[in-house]
Amino acid sequence: MAAVIETHELTKIYGRQKAVDHLTFEVRQGEIFGFLGPNGAGKTTTILMLLGLSEPTSGSSHVLGFDPVREPLKVKERVGFMPENVGFYDDMTGRANLQYVARLNSLPDSVSKKRIDDALEKVKLANEANKPVGAYSRGMRQRLGIAEVLIKNPKLIILDEPTMGLDPEGINSTLDLIKLLSVEEGISILLCSHLLHQTQKVCDRVGILNQGSLVAKGTIEELARDGIQLAAPAAGQAEGTTLSLEDIYMRYFQEE
Amino acid sequence: MFTIFRKEIADHFNSTRFLILLCLVVCVALLTTYTVSMNLRSEISGGAKIEYLFLMLFTTSGQFFSLTQFIAFFGPLIGIIMGFDAINRERSAGTLSKLLSQPVYRDAIINAKFLAGIVTIAIMFASLVLLLSGLGMVAIGVVPSGQEAARLAVYMLISIAYVGFWLGMAILFSIILRSIGTAALASVALWIFVSFFVGFGSGLIADVVAPADQNNPEMMLKNARIAAAIGRVSPVNLYSDATSTIMDPYRKTTKSFVLVGPMERISMSRFNNPLSLLQSILVVAPYLTTLVALTAVCFAVSYLVFMRQEVRSI
Repeated sequence: MAAVIETHELTKIYGRQKAVDHLTFEVRQGEIFGFLGPNGAGKTTTILMLLGLSEPTSGSSHVLGFDPVREPLKVKERVGFMPENVGFYDDMTGRANLQYVARLNSLPDSVSKKRIDDALEKVKLANEANKPVGAYSRGMRQRLGIAEVLIKNPKLIILDEPTMGLDPEGINSTLDLIKLLSVEEGISILLCSHLLHQTQKVCDRVGILNQGSLVAKGTIEELARDGIQLAAPAAGQAEGTTLSLEDIYMRYFQEE
Repeated sequence: MFTIFRKEIADHFNSTRFLILLCLVVCVALLTTYTVSMNLRSEISGGAKIEYLFLMLFTTSGQFFSLTQFIAFFGPLIGIIMGFDAINRERSAGTLSKLLSQPVYRDAIINAKFLAGIVTIAIMFASLVLLLSGLGMVAIGVVPSGQEAARLAVYMLISIAYVGFWLGMAILFSIILRSIGTAALASVALWIFVSFFVGFGSGLIADVVAPADQNNPEMMLKNARIAAAIGRVSPVNLYSDATSTIMDPYRKTTKSFVLVGPMERISMSRFNNPLSLLQSILVVAPYLTTLVALTAVCFAVSYLVFMRQEVRSI
């Protein structure tokens, strides 16, 4: 399988602090890659470098075959990015917000109308599309954010903490939607989160990031196996039990 | 960039604050023009028509101030109100990172915002001047000559550059300062500083450096020169000097005479002919250039800061 994201020794240093430290990983075509780690682990910094919004101190990366440092516009044309706390123009309607993004992507209005309708249908906001975004609930804003990402027909979607601040129902519907996009449309997804038990439901593979470097990566089963080998099983936990991602995660950080 | 520009323009015209501002400016302008035209009418009725009467609509004061004074004082506020939250509102609403992740160049955002502000200001001024000219024509029954119309056009350009400077200043603050409130206060503080304190300060400093001595004309001249030089730091002074020369063809220089003897005064009034438009423009050209340069510097600094800002903080 071809890789949609490839990084090689990607490093970002802010002042004296290493935000991202020689990070090498890849996201394959069509998979959902969970990019996990505690707050401040360097997840957002990595994303910003992948989108060409921030320049790496050293190392290189390729997104859909383009170098984000050299050709940021080509990357941004093809990659849908939903930032943490996605923002909208509150006085504009949901549809108008999407229309604006479509225009920024230089889509002609004839094309964008259909895409907007489709995207709104997919995130179940078709009935709310003509209300100002200021009146939306948090869950609706999050779904509108996903609709916005879909407008440009991306091959790759990067989601930064898409479930933050949502109620359980909202979390489930968001995750279902993400799964659906991956399965039905074949879109590759990079999902950033610090909430592990949620992401393990949808991710094909995960990478665990701590203090700027990748401490583990692989499928959840692989990690569970390695996790057992890495540390002695905790008291009361029988050998061979499948660990949840949470357990794996805790193990890695207990070792610190 | 055109997309952002279009949205920004629409935002300006839809926003409540722009409407309030426009209402305020139009009300004051109408009122002033009305009182001025009434005064002019009673003063000149019966006499021969004065040359450049039409321009006097804008330069003579009505109840409290003339229209040009009003714009000199109030114009900065228009610029500030339109620019103080240009970037940091997007930042705090989270729309800036979204905007930046779309396939647009980063400078397109700031260019479009600045341009949209300038165009809005230009539309506002153009409609204001046209409206007042129409009102003036009806009220005093005088049609502006070509010369006067041209002077009005130049006046408009200077005013746009002037308000544009304040717009650039406000946008700069909105980039540097994270909080919308702080940015607004900083711009207003700067405005008050250059409007009032530079005026007081220049006199004070001049008195310290070269105390004015009634019996020593050279010292008095030096004092006045220093005061004027310091005053020129302020765009408000630049603007009022420039516009008063443009709007009053009888003013041949932006400088005020310190000492004029009675004989000189007589000889000056004997040769008191209006300057041609080109000559007036020549007199104010340095002022205009400085204003435009200040605006350009403001914009350039904003541009650089914005382009270099780490996205992390966005």
